[in-house]
Amino acid sequence: MSILLSNISKNFGGFAALNNVNLEIPEGELVALLGPSGCGKTTLLRIIAGLEQADSGRILLSGEDKTEQHVSHRGIGFVFQHYALFRHMTVFDNVAFGLRVKPKKERPDEATIAKKVHALLDLVQLDWLNDRFPDQLSGGQRQRIALARALAVEPTVLLLDEPFGALDASVRKDLRQWLRNLHHDLHVTSIFVTHDQEEAMEVASQIVVLNQGNIEQQGSPSDIYDHPANEFVSRFIGQTNVFNLEQEETFWLKNSGLPIPNQVGKVAHVRPHDIELSRSINQDSAQAVLKDWQHLGALIRIELVKQEADNALTTIFAEMPNDQFKQLQINKGDQVAVRIRNAHWFH
Amino acid sequence: MNTTHQVIGKRQQQALTDPVWIRYGLITIAMAFIGLFLFLPLAIVLIEAFAKGWTAYFNALSNPDTLSALRLTLLTAFLTVPLNTIFGIAAAWAITRFEFPGKSFLTTLIDLPFSVSPVISGLIFVLLFGSQGWLGSWLSAHDIKIIFAVPGIVLATLFVTFPFVARELIPLMQEMGSEEEEAALSLGASGLKMFFLITLPNIKWALLYGVLLCNARAMGEFGAVSVVSGHIRGLTNTLPLHVEVSYNEYDFVGAFASASILAGLAIVTLILKSILEWKQSNA
Repeated sequence: MSILLSNISKNFGGFAALNNVNLEIPEGELVALLGPSGCGKTTLLRIIAGLEQADSGRILLSGEDKTEQHVSHRGIGFVFQHYALFRHMTVFDNVAFGLRVKPKKERPDEATIAKKVHALLDLVQLDWLNDRFPDQLSGGQRQRIALARALAVEPTVLLLDEPFGALDASVRKDLRQWLRNLHHDLHVTSIFVTHDQEEAMEVASQIVVLNQGNIEQQGSPSDIYDHPANEFVSRFIGQTNVFNLEQEETFWLKNSGLPIPNQVGKVAHVRPHDIELSRSINQDSAQAVLKDWQHLGALIRIELVKQEADNALTTIFAEMPNDQFKQLQINKGDQVAVRIRNAHWFH
Repeated sequence: MNTTHQVIGKRQQQALTDPVWIRYGLITIAMAFIGLFLFLPLAIVLIEAFAKGWTAYFNALSNPDTLSALRLTLLTAFLTVPLNTIFGIAAAWAITRFEFPGKSFLTTLIDLPFSVSPVISGLIFVLLFGSQGWLGSWLSAHDIKIIFAVPGIVLATLFVTFPFVARELIPLMQEMGSEEEEAALSLGASGLKMFFLITLPNIKWALLYGVLLCNARAMGEFGAVSVVSGHIRGLTNTLPLHVEVSYNEYDFVGAFASASILAGLAIVTLILKSILEWKQSNA
């Protein structure tokens, strides 16, 4: 089901949580609402669900205006950050809840409910836990039960609030993959909130970047990474080196081989992997000193220091594959020549 | 390994424990205090009640005035406890689930009956509904009796016992948060289903505990009820008032027999209370 938000605004006291947000999400997408904490992403999710009322604006699901509709009639599955499993019910009863509270006419009989619940528990691979209580489960298991419970009512839209936020790193990695596969199988339009750009890139088919109640950019992960719309997005998605042309860096940047276009902007953002290093130094090369390096697995992150005209030191981060770094044979304190392949320019 | 640990354990225990004389001294003082101020009075009530034997005890209890006092006490509790349960849930719900101006004022107001002397509480109703009070002339014109009648007793008891349920529920509901309730709504539950299937099971032990305390106070309230009742024997005397009236008339067996019923109620309350506390900590 497609989602259309038009002119959504929300204030908490004097604080503007959302500022005229317009957003269109096509059917079947898996969308990440990404932004720093306090940017309004959870508020937006709760407004779509109907758990929060927008001050102004409309919410359309499949072209149908749902702005005034109560949360219990919106046909939405909501997964809470801390799972919100009913603590006095078993896993089975938790998942069955949405089916049992249906009005008498639509309510399936207990045998049908049981069949459906077991099918859902199979889907999340936890049927063997069906008679446990929530406090007997691990965080990852609770999250999957919460998802099964939300899916039981066959929602047209699935909303997940920081679904992996409270889990430890290894469980989080597994669940990300699992969620993406699940979405691939079920194809229900889904939105999840996260502050972790890596998570958004890994899981989502579309990313919406939010900042201070405004949408900064919407697009596919590669769009957002390769063509950031503004400085905020560029800084927020991945690491970036910032060079300011006005601060006498022009000469150094020219030497680094970076093509400086006319009148595009005064600030260059350079991704660490767009920086090349070599040991052949001459007087025309842009120089820097290797300060330190870290092993990140397949990649090596290199910390370089560049001396400015006023003797201040600027740190530059570069990244390169492991074997390439070995071939360079550079040590801490060595001078290296820096080449910049590509940059994003902002005003 | 094990033995070393045990030795260290014993030494630590010695280091952390007070000397024997302090321990036993404190225990003796505490026990003596409890015995003197809690156990002895209870014993005296029973001894005095049975001072002239079983027959006198049962005669005192089957006295029509005693029976009518018991009936009135039960009626008052029967009316006030359900009402205050509903009010208490409503107040706790409003305070923990909604944001509105004057919320902290309301929270303070709920405690008012605890901070005001019960006699003042009773006096408020006399000033409001009494024959010299604000609404007195209108009430007598319409032949409605509140003060020196059962409605006044019920009103005063309602006022005095109002905080019990709300005060039990508010901290619990604050701590629980509203996520489970929101989850229930998002799954399609109506407000009523959400309350009965999710909220109520989560607060039931605290609610029962509040109801129990409310009931104990409703049956035992003396001050506020004394002001509004008028002590009309057989009509507006509750059990606590009946105890006082009988005692003042040197009917010791009657006074202590009635008191033994109240004391029995207190003991039952204590037992139920500890069962509920145990359930709550295991819930």
